[in-house]
Amino acid sequence: MDYLRKVGAIVWKDVTAELRTKDILSSMLVFALLSVVIFQFAFDLRADNVRLVLPGVIWISITFSGVLGLSRSFILEQDRGSMEGLLLAPMDRSAIYFGKFLGNLLFIFIMELVLLPVASVFFNIWLLTPSLILVLVLGTFGFAAVGTLFSALSINTRAREVMLPILLFPIMVPVLIAGVRATGSLLDGETLGDISHWLRLLLAYDAIFFAAAFLLFDFVVEE
Amino acid sequence: MGTSTKRSVADTIWLILAVISAIMILIALYLSLIWAPEASNLPTETERLVQRVFYFHVSAGWVGFFAFMVTAVAGIIYLITKKRRWDFIALASVEIGVTFTTANVISGSIWAKPTWNTWWPWNDPRITSAAVVLLIYIAYLMLRNSIDDPERRARLAAVYGIIGFISVPITFLSIRWWRTIHPAVVGTGSDTSQGGFDMAPDMATALMFSVITFTLLYFVLLRLRVRLEDQREQVEDIKTRMLEE
Repeated sequence: MDYLRKVGAIVWKDVTAELRTKDILSSMLVFALLSVVIFQFAFDLRADNVRLVLPGVIWISITFSGVLGLSRSFILEQDRGSMEGLLLAPMDRSAIYFGKFLGNLLFIFIMELVLLPVASVFFNIWLLTPSLILVLVLGTFGFAAVGTLFSALSINTRAREVMLPILLFPIMVPVLIAGVRATGSLLDGETLGDISHWLRLLLAYDAIFFAAAFLLFDFVVEE
Repeated sequence: MGTSTKRSVADTIWLILAVISAIMILIALYLSLIWAPEASNLPTETERLVQRVFYFHVSAGWVGFFAFMVTAVAGIIYLITKKRRWDFIALASVEIGVTFTTANVISGSIWAKPTWNTWWPWNDPRITSAAVVLLIYIAYLMLRNSIDDPERRARLAAVYGIIGFISVPITFLSIRWWRTIHPAVVGTGSDTSQGGFDMAPDMATALMFSVITFTLLYFVLLRLRVRLEDQREQVEDIKTRMLEE
């Protein structure tokens, strides 16, 4: 219970900081919208059926704008000098990971909540269905789990912002494949039962990488 | 210590192993290019000839996978013991693994051209997985290059090496579900795959020999690369000591 309160404190700290500056969310949202618009221009001329490209468009937009938010997550802490403060706090370091992870997850969810209706309007296909949201939630969970760990990892490198996508994207391939495939099947009118193997893959990915990141986070921030 | 004049027993053994692996590579070449029978069930001559890439292709793929596994294990041991040597092993293993996986991907591509009529079959799960795995470990090397402090570099590289290796089987699985046409080489291929052949006993022998040869070569290279890193560290130490004096 005490542990959860500490986690909650970190999430609350990130949310409060974000409410004051609106740095992360605004850049993520604008980037997500821009990428949808750019994809619309890029594909509109060739694809007769937007259903074919839409799953890819959604997932690429989420991945790219998500990585934008993730990269800020720990860079801000370091640049403000608050990383030391976090590390000195009397608590298990996994609580920092858990709190940061939840904060990142929240920001990406908010971005998706704006992205989906806009994409629905642009591409004229309604995207906010419960089964699609389930796929997005499962995919985003794994993305944020690995992304939060790598965000903490990449602040120690020379090319901080550049390093994160290079480290993250090859590891994200399973999420991207499962996400795009499952989204595509749902758009084609298949049911959750038809895509259950993709859902199981996403679930397994989420569980394995969340556990691994949770265990390894200590070594990343150790000084 | 007298390391410059006298060779230690271990060094002599490794030298002998290096010579043995060189000889074995020649034998493996002979076995796979001349001795092993043709894959007689393949339709064109080009396909039958290029099939012989298979012995080195499979061996290189195996060494790549094995090398990345060693990196993950060395990473775990490094995080527990903090002994520099394990970091050297992890680094050496990734470098060798990337080299062999590249050889695996390129030889696969050469084979794919006459057999599937395309250099880069995205619809083949294994070649695609190998390429993604290659990207993971190129990222590993880039990560190391962008951290100056040796202790921090070792620690973060260990974490990435472990996470990277966890993702290997998941990547294989996901890409396999994504598309499947790669031949199931041993035994009969499935209906969807083309280019498979039934493996004759002599082929299995040549493949086995090739795999063992490549594995020995891996250990020889690993040992040499770790020693190089050891010596580089010694030179650094000597430099710092001289500067201090």
